[in-house]
Amino acid sequence: MRQFRALVRKEWADMLRNKLVFYVVIFVPLLMLAIPVAMLFVMRQVPPNEQDLAELGRMLQNPIFAGMNAVEAMQAIMASNMLVLFLMMPLMVPVTIAAYSIVGEKMTRSLEPLLATPITTTRLLLAKGFAAAAPGIAMTWICYALFLVAARFLSASERVFAVFVDPMWLVAMFVLAPLTTVLAVMVGVIVSSRVNDPRAAEQLGALVLIPLMALFIGAMAGFIMLNSTTFWISSGLVAVADIGLIYLGTALFQRETILTRWK
Amino acid sequence: MIRTEGLCKYFASNGKEVRAVDGLDLEVNRGEVFGFLGPNGAGKTTTVRMLACLIAPSAGRAWVDGLEVGQDNLAIQARVGILTEAPGLYERLSARANLELFAELYNVNDVKGQVEKYLRLLDLWDRRDTDAGTFSKGMKQKLAIARALLHEPSVLFLDEPTAALDPEAAKTVRDFIATLRGQGRTIFLCTHNLDEAERLCDRIGVFRQRLIAVDTPDALRRQLFGRQTVVHLAPPEGTADVEALVAAVRNLPFVQHVTTLRPENAAEDNYRLVISLDDPARRNPIIVQMLVGHGAQVRFVNELRHSLEDVYLSLLRSNTA
Ligand SMILES: Nc1ncnc2c1ncn2[C@@H]1O[C@H](COP(=O)(O)OP(=O)(O)OP(=O)(O)O)[C@@H](O)[C@H]1O
Ligand SMILES: [Mg+2]
Repeated sequence: MRQFRALVRKEWADMLRNKLVFYVVIFVPLLMLAIPVAMLFVMRQVPPNEQDLAELGRMLQNPIFAGMNAVEAMQAIMASNMLVLFLMMPLMVPVTIAAYSIVGEKMTRSLEPLLATPITTTRLLLAKGFAAAAPGIAMTWICYALFLVAARFLSASERVFAVFVDPMWLVAMFVLAPLTTVLAVMVGVIVSSRVNDPRAAEQLGALVLIPLMALFIGAMAGFIMLNSTTFWISSGLVAVADIGLIYLGTALFQRETILTRWK
Repeated sequence: MIRTEGLCKYFASNGKEVRAVDGLDLEVNRGEVFGFLGPNGAGKTTTVRMLACLIAPSAGRAWVDGLEVGQDNLAIQARVGILTEAPGLYERLSARANLELFAELYNVNDVKGQVEKYLRLLDLWDRRDTDAGTFSKGMKQKLAIARALLHEPSVLFLDEPTAALDPEAAKTVRDFIATLRGQGRTIFLCTHNLDEAERLCDRIGVFRQRLIAVDTPDALRRQLFGRQTVVHLAPPEGTADVEALVAAVRNLPFVQHVTTLRPENAAEDNYRLVISLDDPARRNPIIVQMLVGHGAQVRFVNELRHSLEDVYLSLLRSNTA
């Protein structure tokens, strides 16, 4: 436990002083927060046109929007779709951190003295994983909270606001997001134990974003119905992937290879 | 304290097998400062990594402090300290934060106390809150040494502690290592610096893939070159005299070899006889007596010492041949 705590503290202290990582952790989520808030604002000011309304009709089949007028529905739909973006935060932030936390140590050659200490591989990975995951989850929750605050003021009605605290979003934020974070961290760990350049690690890690992008685009185009069931199913899939990746990650994290293959 | 039996490490490199360490048999005693000498690529770092349980041996066995490598790795790692080839500090953290982290990782009881102790010992206390990244090479090296000592390891591995340091910084580090002697710690020192090895080490192992020779620096010298006495004589009247002297010395039963060195320059007119023999302390008086009996004027008598460099180079050369 001491080792775990000390390592996490070090990771965070180091992170705070690494400008690039720090900006990714702080600014990317804030940017993602800005988009749905802007949506709310714009939809409130600009009344929807005919074409939008036709489109809307299709989407309104989702019972969550039942009984809303055009402005309300437009706000609810657009902002909800943008909320899917929030699910990318727990991906991007930890991938970046995890990539830096192992490849970075390889590059500065601080990994060797670290591995020389009596710490088990599992504990080392747990500490590094936690240090990378926690800020990602925290930022997601903070942004969700900030979004709700903004929505309180910008929502056209109570009914619109209710959409954002619907159980499906609670599932998304509190079940799917943490599970996605674990996924991202493990991908970061696996990738960075194989490559030698943090940027390469980051880019490869970003590949895991693609399935989520698909969910996002699908939701935008109305192919995927956003509801609790979709999020539970996604959570289930991600959980399975997590288990596989944790297994793979610990197996692949071989001290010796990581230490001697960097030349 | 450290023992290896047929220790090997092979790497696969471009489909070829590189034998970095190939059958190392070694024994280092408790409390000893052992110099591990070898050219670039000899496998010194690889050996240290195996002994510190960072990489697994390909073959053979090794024990550190009675524990077998590969069996009790965590216990071994808790007892050894290692100064790696590169200091590998966390450059964005302060000197103190660097040390505190490692004190925690090594489960040190009195973290604050140990960190302060070593920061002070290594003269870094005043810079304790400065980022390690801003340190000079010498300070980084000292900080890395402090980091290796926090948990008071019984074995300390130092992989080229003074390479890449300027002479002054190197001297500081060397002096510090000297103070670690005689504290009961076993020190395994990899180095290229022969002078350093000579001054710090009780015994020296010359190594390239395997051990070429191991002994105290003096014994290695003796083994290779035997012992040699140099007698400086005032110039005799005629050269014939010198030849006669040399012949007489050569005839002594315990003398193995004699060479004559004529005066090298005008300032110095001594003739020197370099005499290889078994036991200078016992034989020198006999030689001097004999020379004086032959009418020679003996000015000085001293022992010819080969530098460790001569020993090292000659060992490596004979190993290649
Ligand atoms: N991971 C690796 N893969 C392939 N070959 C390696 C690897 N690590 C070391 N070697 C090879 O093993 C040999 C020994 O290397 P090592 O670093 O142990 O030497 P060294 O004695 O420490 O040298 P130096 O004095 O330069 O530090 C070298 O030929 C090196 O190229
Ligand atoms: Mg080396």
